[in-house]
Amino acid sequence: SAAGLPLLANAATDEASTPYDDITQYNNFYEFGTGKEDPAKHAHLLKTSPWSVTVDGACAKPGKLTLEDILKPHPDQERIYRLRCVEGWSMVIPWLGFPLADLLKRFEPTSQAKYVRFETLVDPKQMPGQKRQVLEWPYTEGLRIDEAMHPLSFIATGLYGKALPGQNGAPLRLVVPWKYGFKSIKSIVRISFVEQEPHTSWGRSAPDEYGFYANVNPDVDHPRWSQRKERRIGEFRKRDTLAFNGYAEQVASLYSGMDLRKNF
Amino acid sequence: MQLPEPYFSRGFKPAVFVLALLPLALLGWGVWHDTLGANPIETITRSLGEWGLRFLLLTLLLSTLRRQIGWGQGLRLRRMLGLFAFFYGTLHLLSYLWLDQFFDWPEIGYDILERPFITVGMLAFVLMVPLAATSFKAAIRRLGRDWQRLHRLIYPLSLLGVLHFWWLADSKARTDMPLVYTVLLLALLGERLWQWRQQRQRQQR
Repeated sequence: SAAGLPLLANAATDEASTPYDDITQYNNFYEFGTGKEDPAKHAHLLKTSPWSVTVDGACAKPGKLTLEDILKPHPDQERIYRLRCVEGWSMVIPWLGFPLADLLKRFEPTSQAKYVRFETLVDPKQMPGQKRQVLEWPYTEGLRIDEAMHPLSFIATGLYGKALPGQNGAPLRLVVPWKYGFKSIKSIVRISFVEQEPHTSWGRSAPDEYGFYANVNPDVDHPRWSQRKERRIGEFRKRDTLAFNGYAEQVASLYSGMDLRKNF
Repeated sequence: MQLPEPYFSRGFKPAVFVLALLPLALLGWGVWHDTLGANPIETITRSLGEWGLRFLLLTLLLSTLRRQIGWGQGLRLRRMLGLFAFFYGTLHLLSYLWLDQFFDWPEIGYDILERPFITVGMLAFVLMVPLAATSFKAAIRRLGRDWQRLHRLIYPLSLLGVLHFWWLADSKARTDMPLVYTVLLLALLGERLWQWRQQRQRQQR
């Protein structure tokens, strides 16, 4: 959208992108196993074609769409975003995709749509990590509707100009660059417009550690480690972690008046 | 079961020594050839910590082997393996102080006070220091019965080491390895408890 353009220009980074091999071989995607190398090892089992996405809840045009239907109206854009994992490491990733808002608006959410809830595929044959109940499957995440409609919120379908590999969340994954990486749900099969704040898989697993908002915040420690610094993959020394992962100028106003220590 | 003496002390023991250095050599090789993955520092720190734990368990295993299968010669490896546990524990601590914190002492102090997994890990390390410091013959002779009592610290410090691993696990979902070490450690400690009870019953009779 036109209003988003200057904002996006300011959000652009000139930091060096993390090498493709690191982005695609160091992943947290528990559907393929809890080790960092497991997703790259097992993602070939994932069949991304045919693929469909169910859209339901508080919207005028719900339905079940094929991947082609989802993608058709949206020309590819590149967005180079920082990604900060809650574990304390970070990358810079050149994504390919389109704004989440452009997708959501097609379904005409109603005034009851206060939140958007996302679900990942459940199929232990394709996702062997799901044979164990390490998290609540389907992996579920959510955003407040204004967060979801924010011009930085993005649906990625590729990276480095190539199709998105399975281990990075093919064929459709969310990217919310000012939040910890676990919010950026992968391999999406369902999008629901809901009135109540949705439960999330990590929130259910450890509510004191993984809040709904999960905005990158150097001043709010994870209970078991500090969030003040991060190791950028490929770098030796640690960097200071920035508020909202360096996107405060773009997104801080979404949270004005909120206690970010309580709403962590 | 027992190796003839010359084979044990001139062959077997040095071979174990070299084997015990292998994990460190492999890490060095991995750094040199860049095969430690996208986050080599994390790989190094974790690997050193796990080897520390493994050597603690091996140290504890030796007397169990003597009692359960009658292999007593292994006890002569115990000091060496215990010192390797201390060696890898020290390198693990150094990698945290240097590669993780870059000797930022206020931050390290905060970590020790505020983060239970660091507190517990640091405590485990501190408890290893007197054991390593009294591992030579003169100390054993001088301390007499107190030496044995002192070296029972290996039980609580091993438990702390395993707890450190549980609380570190970067998500609550990733607990396979902490569980493995817990089961092994509890088996080793349980065997001692059982032995101790047997002995007491025999004394009472």
